[in-house]
Amino acid sequence: MANPFRRPESRSAERDPRLPPGQYDTGSSFPVLTAEVTPRLDTAQWTFRIDGLVDEPVTWTWDEIQALPRSTFDGDIHCVTTWSKLGTSFAGVSVDVLLDAASVSPTATHVVAWSHTGYTTNLPIADVTGGKAWVVWEHEGQPLPVEHGGPARLLVPHLYFWKSAKWVAGLRLLDHDEPGFWETRGYHDRGDPWREQRYAGD
Amino acid sequence: MTEASLPPLPQIGPVTRRPPVGGPPRTWQTGTVVEIRDETPRMKTFRLSLAEGAVHVPGQHLMVRLTAPDGYTAQRSYSIASAPGEGSEVELMVERLVDGEVSGYLHDELRVGDSLEVRGPFGGWFVWNGRSPALLVGGGSGVVPLMSMLRHHRAAGITQPMRLVVSVRSPEDLPFADEYAEETTLIFTRRTPDGWARPAGRLDAATLEPLLIDGATAYVCGSTGFAEHASQLLVSLGAPVGSVRVERYGPTS
Repeated sequence: MANPFRRPESRSAERDPRLPPGQYDTGSSFPVLTAEVTPRLDTAQWTFRIDGLVDEPVTWTWDEIQALPRSTFDGDIHCVTTWSKLGTSFAGVSVDVLLDAASVSPTATHVVAWSHTGYTTNLPIADVTGGKAWVVWEHEGQPLPVEHGGPARLLVPHLYFWKSAKWVAGLRLLDHDEPGFWETRGYHDRGDPWREQRYAGD
Repeated sequence: MTEASLPPLPQIGPVTRRPPVGGPPRTWQTGTVVEIRDETPRMKTFRLSLAEGAVHVPGQHLMVRLTAPDGYTAQRSYSIASAPGEGSEVELMVERLVDGEVSGYLHDELRVGDSLEVRGPFGGWFVWNGRSPALLVGGGSGVVPLMSMLRHHRAAGITQPMRLVVSVRSPEDLPFADEYAEETTLIFTRRTPDGWARPAGRLDAATLEPLLIDGATAYVCGSTGFAEHASQLLVSLGAPVGSVRVERYGPTS
């Protein structure tokens, strides 16, 4: 019979209250997980678009989106593969600002975030409004590295990080839920780390 | 603008709602260790007998959860190395990480007859169903899901072309060393076996180019650095971006 598993001495006996169930603190590292080839996106060609159920679809260039009111996030992020990164920071623009510019139709209920790579992920509008979501291009004061989704990614830190689409290209407003890349491949539709919604059915 | 008039969004793969590969939502179950094999000084294969079984597709992984007497838990994902169709038994191949709280326990403490909590299989993208040619490119322990694909290819007698590239630092770092045949190209990045034709060095275009297969899906798995290098090489050699599936682990260096 094996010796029982023990909590390592390096892990505090007091579980950090910022850690959702089943997560561990990855410390200063920032793991990279992607399903596709990392794209090399030139900010001179880069665009971000809001379309679908809006009064007026809007497309921003790199310079135009940078000129919007700057907004920052300081807090924690949680990956479904069980690492969490605590006390990190990102800067960019609030999704509220972007949606307001396009004037969302009252019939819209969900968004699909899509990336320049073709990656998609679905979110209820309530999860990307009210100061809960950003398009970010800085991480801890530096330009967002390409492996972490640079030049810009979506940031929805209160959900598992697959919702924070790297290399984000736009949000499409829909009147229904349209499951995205991982959501059609066995992962949970919403992905709330505090409810440990990792996989379909959780 | 109405929804119907919108341009279609780009897609990595077909977007269709489907049940998780391998069946309905899975709960935690008990896996009993029936065999442990050393693969390299830092890698071991653990063969588990699952109480409820698990039907997997090559490329998928299992979640493993350890619980301490004080209730502290730690869970990690490990790729399945065995082929499907071995009854209720599966093999995980685990690399022991420096300070790895789960991998360290599995390596140092786990014995045949012990049991673990496992859940899965999971993963619906980095999977090979046997219906397309496959070019498999693995670095270090990244070869594990690819080994499940190779074993399945052999066990099921699949005739789709398959090639495997395995990159490791030195001969003693090579897992599954007695299982490679003519489909496999071995790359040693730091030190080669005696008399090895290719000098030590990282995977390069000249080595990879003749291994490309028309119409193949490429599966690249390894550390962030390896996966980035290998996937960019494939694209630079003309592999369509959409045909390259990547699974990577670890931090940025």
